[in-house]
Amino acid sequence: MSARLEELLVVAIAGMLDGLGHVAVGAASPIPGAAALLARERSGGRLRVSLLGSERHSAFTDGGRELFDCAGQGRIDAFFLGGAQIDGEANINLVGVGDYPRSKVRFPGSFGSAYMYFVVPRVILFALEHSRRNLVPRVDFVSAPGSSPPNVYRPGGPHALVTGKAIFEFDRARRRFRLCSVHPGHDVDEVRAETGFDFDLAPEVPSTPEPDAVSLALVRGSVGAAIAETYPGFARRVLGIGG
Amino acid sequence: MTAESAATLAARVPDGACIALAPDYSGCSIATILALAARGARELHLVAVPQLGFQGDVLIGAGCVGIVEAAAVSLGEQGAAPRFQAALRAGTIEMRDATCPAIHAALQAAEKGAPFMPLRGVIGSDLVPNRPDWKVIDNPFGVDDPVLVVPALAPDVALLHAPMADREGNVWIGIRRELMLMAHAARRTLVTVEEIVDGRLLDDPALAAGTIPALYVEAVACVPAGARPNGLFGRYPPDRAALAAYAEMARTEEGFAAWLGRQLATPEAVGA
Repeated sequence: MSARLEELLVVAIAGMLDGLGHVAVGAASPIPGAAALLARERSGGRLRVSLLGSERHSAFTDGGRELFDCAGQGRIDAFFLGGAQIDGEANINLVGVGDYPRSKVRFPGSFGSAYMYFVVPRVILFALEHSRRNLVPRVDFVSAPGSSPPNVYRPGGPHALVTGKAIFEFDRARRRFRLCSVHPGHDVDEVRAETGFDFDLAPEVPSTPEPDAVSLALVRGSVGAAIAETYPGFARRVLGIGG
Repeated sequence: MTAESAATLAARVPDGACIALAPDYSGCSIATILALAARGARELHLVAVPQLGFQGDVLIGAGCVGIVEAAAVSLGEQGAAPRFQAALRAGTIEMRDATCPAIHAALQAAEKGAPFMPLRGVIGSDLVPNRPDWKVIDNPFGVDDPVLVVPALAPDVALLHAPMADREGNVWIGIRRELMLMAHAARRTLVTVEEIVDGRLLDDPALAAGTIPALYVEAVACVPAGARPNGLFGRYPPDRAALAAYAEMARTEEGFAAWLGRQLATPEAVGA
């Protein structure tokens, strides 16, 4: 295949951001960051992108709290979260494996997930790894729940789960993922075998589209150059940009 | 202003103090962190604003820490924070897991002198049952609207490093306004700076907007390169090779001890 997996993911995620007003991307997220910058490019600059860790692509001036205050007001339309564990109800765990607090494996912590998952309308879960190790029947610690009782204020929540093998949409009413596409080189049986939770199937599960030529050229051109400011290693290794 | 140093600042931090610390990308007074390790500080309560990196790991490794309150602890690009991980496994520190905006909200309550702050979200997270100091109440202005409230958090000390201060003790932090929040919320603020400048920072509105007024600041020490090996916004980037070397050595207790011994071997490292 002509496009690398990372490039396919960048273009696929950018497609989920088209038409939005403001997308924020947290730290250590080169692929979502590049996707947001691609969506901005395709919007003719109408999409506002705030990349944490970037000086050029972030307009915040009120310290670490401003992203969260902005999100709480509804000024952020989409955000990305990961998870050392993600389960079939879209609960995410960024804290540890095993019985908290004496976790067998300890991860950095919940960061802003317990808040952003509630207030950002379109949260895209992103995990390059796709295995029963990280996609589990039930997370060991709920950093942020995938759904809430009806009386809990929650304009936001999970929109999709993008992995290295497939793309799922989240059905908030059914509280279940639905497999929408499988990346080239993988198939539904493999995805089922490598996923620790049950999920629904879309009526048809196509192959995730290869990036179109225009988008791919942007990713390898101006978008790649822009993401290189924050993620020079990623730009060099994956996109062949920079020294 | 009397001549302060990283060592004199560290001497102003009593054992058991609650200390607010900035993230690695902001303003970290590594010089004072090393001086705290050198003086053998004990049972410190670290409050990460809102996540903790290199400076927290060093203090934990040096046995200075009793409690860590943070939304996350890691060395970022360099991976897991090794001494934090080891201390959790050994059970020698108490971890109070949080989420970023809850720490900001708790400090904002202290900033206002208010008893608590409400915050959307978080309900249903396992953070809540593990934080007995957080409560879910009914929104008194709503109908059947549960909302999280967190108590005001006023650290004993805010410890930070900044590009410059003037002779009155006004400290310029630019857009790194989590440092302003820390200074407003804490009872006392201790600062190291790259340089002490002539003139008064508050006289220029362009600078004044990004300046912590001296009324919040207890002491300033001029310690050039005081954030290294971390970077300092607008001045120098992080020393990635030095941080990677730390991450490698700190994987074992012996390696950490050797690393710390080397840091403390030079007088300027401890600000003496």
